Amino acid sequence: MLSGTPFHSRTAPLCQGHNWRRWAGYVVASSYGLTHDHEYQAIRSSAALIDVSPLYKYAIRGSDAERLLDRVLTRDVSRCNVGRVMYGPWCDETGKVIDDGTLQRLGDETFRLTSGEPNLRWLCESAQGLRATVEDDSDTIAALALQGPLARHVLGNACDSDLMDLDYFRLTFARIGGVPVTISRTGYTGDLGYEIWLEASAADTVWDTLVAAGRPFGLTPAGILALDVARIEAGLLLINVDYIPANRALIESRKSSPFELGLDWTVRLEKSHFIGRDALLAEWQRGPEWKLKGLELDWGSLERVYGEFGLPPQLPGVAWRTSVPVYVQGQQVGYATSGTWSPTLKKYIALAHLRTAHADTGTRVEMEVTAEHQRKRVSARVVEKPFFEPERKRA
Amino acid sequence: MARGKRYDAVIIGGGHNGLVNAAYLARADKRVLVLERRHVLGGSAVTEEFFPGFKFSTLSYVVSLLRPEIIRDLDLPSHGLEILPLESTLTPLPNGDYLARWADHDRTRREIYRHSATDAEAYDDFGRLMYQLAFAMKPLLGMVPPDPTSLSPRELYRLVKLGKHFRDLGRERFYALYKLLTMSSADYLDEWFETEPLKATMACSGIIGTFLGVRSPGTAYVLLHHYMGEIDGAFRSWGFARGGTGAVSQAIADAARRYGAEIRTESPVAAVKVKNGRATGVALESGEEIDARVVVSAVDPKLTFLKLVDPGQLPIDFVEAIHRFRIRGSSGKVNLALDALPNFTCLPGDGPHLRGAISISPSIDYLERAYDDAKYGEFSRRPYMDIVIPSMIDPTMAPPGKHVMSIFVQYAPYDLNGGWNEKRRDAFGDAVIDTLSDFAPNLKNVILHRKVITPLDMEQEYGLTDGNIFHGELALHQLFFMRPVPSWADYRTPIKDYYQCGSGTHPGGGITGASGRLSAQVILKDW
Ligand SMILES: Cc1cc2nc3c(=O)[nH]c(=O)nc-3n(C[C@H](O)[C@H](O)[C@H](O)COP(=O)(O)OP(=O)(O)OC[C@H]3O[C@@H](n4cnc5c(N)ncnc54)[C@H](O)[C@@H]3O)c2cc1C
Repeated sequence: MLSGTPFHSRTAPLCQGHNWRRWAGYVVASSYGLTHDHEYQAIRSSAALIDVSPLYKYAIRGSDAERLLDRVLTRDVSRCNVGRVMYGPWCDETGKVIDDGTLQRLGDETFRLTSGEPNLRWLCESAQGLRATVEDDSDTIAALALQGPLARHVLGNACDSDLMDLDYFRLTFARIGGVPVTISRTGYTGDLGYEIWLEASAADTVWDTLVAAGRPFGLTPAGILALDVARIEAGLLLINVDYIPANRALIESRKSSPFELGLDWTVRLEKSHFIGRDALLAEWQRGPEWKLKGLELDWGSLERVYGEFGLPPQLPGVAWRTSVPVYVQGQQVGYATSGTWSPTLKKYIALAHLRTAHADTGTRVEMEVTAEHQRKRVSARVVEKPFFEPERKRA
Repeated sequence: MARGKRYDAVIIGGGHNGLVNAAYLARADKRVLVLERRHVLGGSAVTEEFFPGFKFSTLSYVVSLLRPEIIRDLDLPSHGLEILPLESTLTPLPNGDYLARWADHDRTRREIYRHSATDAEAYDDFGRLMYQLAFAMKPLLGMVPPDPTSLSPRELYRLVKLGKHFRDLGRERFYALYKLLTMSSADYLDEWFETEPLKATMACSGIIGTFLGVRSPGTAYVLLHHYMGEIDGAFRSWGFARGGTGAVSQAIADAARRYGAEIRTESPVAAVKVKNGRATGVALESGEEIDARVVVSAVDPKLTFLKLVDPGQLPIDFVEAIHRFRIRGSSGKVNLALDALPNFTCLPGDGPHLRGAISISPSIDYLERAYDDAKYGEFSRRPYMDIVIPSMIDPTMAPPGKHVMSIFVQYAPYDLNGGWNEKRRDAFGDAVIDTLSDFAPNLKNVILHRKVITPLDMEQEYGLTDGNIFHGELALHQLFFMRPVPSWADYRTPIKDYYQCGSGTHPGGGITGASGRLSAQVILKDW
């Protein structure tokens, strides 16, 4: 049997359609309601409560904890002061991305790192010779994402601390329903939002307190389907979907560097050493072969393709996660890995890996679409990510 | 059928390789006759009902290495081949705990994680590496081994192609392969894992059918050999043939007959007739003689060259090499008819764990101790066992509610001190049942019938010289272009028109059919 998350006793009764999906060995709700639209709207217009407990979480402690993480991550961890959160990838020696996640500095010698796949072995191996311990907290720490424009109100109502001063990618310690929690101003939606980290044993109390505090603000539990739409709009990568972890790729060509994933800004080549640095430096000088960019599908072109069959454009009902070819003048120049109709932007958008020569913003490309059993190409424009970035995210 | 009728090919031995060979030759419109000594076909891949109502895969018991191209070429599913998944491996432990690996990745991860958090990750990484290496080695299984000492352009070309293939492996994988070729399975797995039962259970595939221990160098490669199992093209899955492993042989026989091959049982061959350095037919033990344009031996190399022909007709160094070919039997088999399911202390009652393999391999030390006994001529007092309960997967193997249990056991040396006899066979059977009862205490009360098969039985009843389950050990120096002897790894023999196609040839033992198929290709090329 797969286990439910620490919130299962609360989420299970809400899951009307019994739409469960697997995430890192747990089951989580795809959507609670019979459709996910309402849950998505909560993320963008009020507040949504999302169970993200299946994330892998590691506690890194010790006088060399900072050194260890600086060795592993491409970011400059020495600049991650206590109370700060950093997002970044980590690479193998050849500079290919193994995983990505957020790093919280909880204390001088205490960090929490999240990841999409298990990384205990990698972290332990990297810690050799350092005074740092790595502990797998994945099962003992529960996590909730509280996301949406009213998230601050909900959280302010539920906890004992003032969140007005909590800046983007900062964290604080507080109590919710008497339970000590860590609150970070982070999330996977590109909206105003927080993630709440707590002992798994206190999950029920925290959930109940938040739900009660959120009632006046329309707080809605949201599942993974809603989250997936939001994260594509926010241009955020999903491991195993938008990229394949280097240590899991069966062939070289499946691996990606941070540059190829559009994570240039996370790579601090000026650091004297980190795993993969030499390879990344060389790649930087050469220029990456691929770039991950946004695509915006051309509505007129969609209309024409479906119009041939006497149909209006058929839009994806949920975000898709398949590999879809992208062309320029009949030549394949890349592939899209995630796509969705954006209800907020009213656009059909996708994330695509493009050969660098065809990755400039504004480039005209074509993406494959299957219309009435026939493969067609719909014209699209290369755009910057994120597709959607409201001011409130950082404000 | 008229006596003395001339055949294109006579195949000695109706094991699965002989049958595959016959099917391919018959498919090429040759007139083919298979002669099997026993009353049933299949050799080591045989299903027998030696206790009424209970069907046993007498010797081999799981299928994974059967070449997919054979399944396709002979359309075996249309001849009744059905492979059912064997989804788990359970290792019960003396302390009442267990280690299980399941078909589901998340579940296996959780379970290994329970024993060691880092092993859970290492297990995935290891699996990926083996997958890559198995994929790289796969072409070797499907080709006639080139002769590295030959200067013929054709052989050189084939070698170069192979060399390039290995260069493409990449550095990391090349070194991993090198380690596999040189290390012991225990040492190799030590580099990856810390959980004893995990290491031990994985290491076992390195010793099956060898007279080596998990700490003997060279056993690591056999790990890979066993990773090459494919079912319907999917790597790494072991399966159970519906109807037992005999059903595999039956399906192949059926295909061969459909192509026109004749198959005779209870027809032991006494000798191959050789005239002027050329095989011309066979003489049966009954006195009957059958002429054929080519003779193919599907029995092991010792029988093929030392018994069926007069070694005097072979080059001396060749005969020497055949004498040296290692074929020490080390395995036994215990088949049980059960009134009810065994009840394992670690996972009481019925459950999915009984539909998979059960491995008695709690630690590397346990396995090495089992080997220690064998080294000095005794059967293991506490042996390694690989157990399946086929009736859990295919209920027609036993009467409703009853079960059959197949226990593969190591070690049981062929050269037992004082020799095998009825008393020693029983003592060996007792050691097996006693050991297993420690993990499943109700076992003794539910046994309706017990059939213990020693290496000597394998030789006398099933025609396996020295009771070796693979027609010769799968040791590195006996694989690929060395199998069975250098320069004669291409299924030809020093006697013209006399070919070999049994497990003693490349790529070796297991229900693969590869030897039978590759040999047929060579025969047809020479035609
Ligand atoms: C106990 C045991 C367990 C095994 N477990 C597995 C397993 O689980 N999975 C797996 O893949 N492999 C397993 N194997 C190995 C596998 O079964 C063999 O490698 C394979 O079946 C050999 O096939 P073969 O056709 O080459 O030879 P054989 O099956 O040995 O066939 C040779 C045939 O020749 C006949 N013969 C002998 N002498 C004469 C003669 N003079 N005239 C006519 N006929 C003769 C024999 O009776 C026999 O039928 C196991 C083997 C044994 C013994």
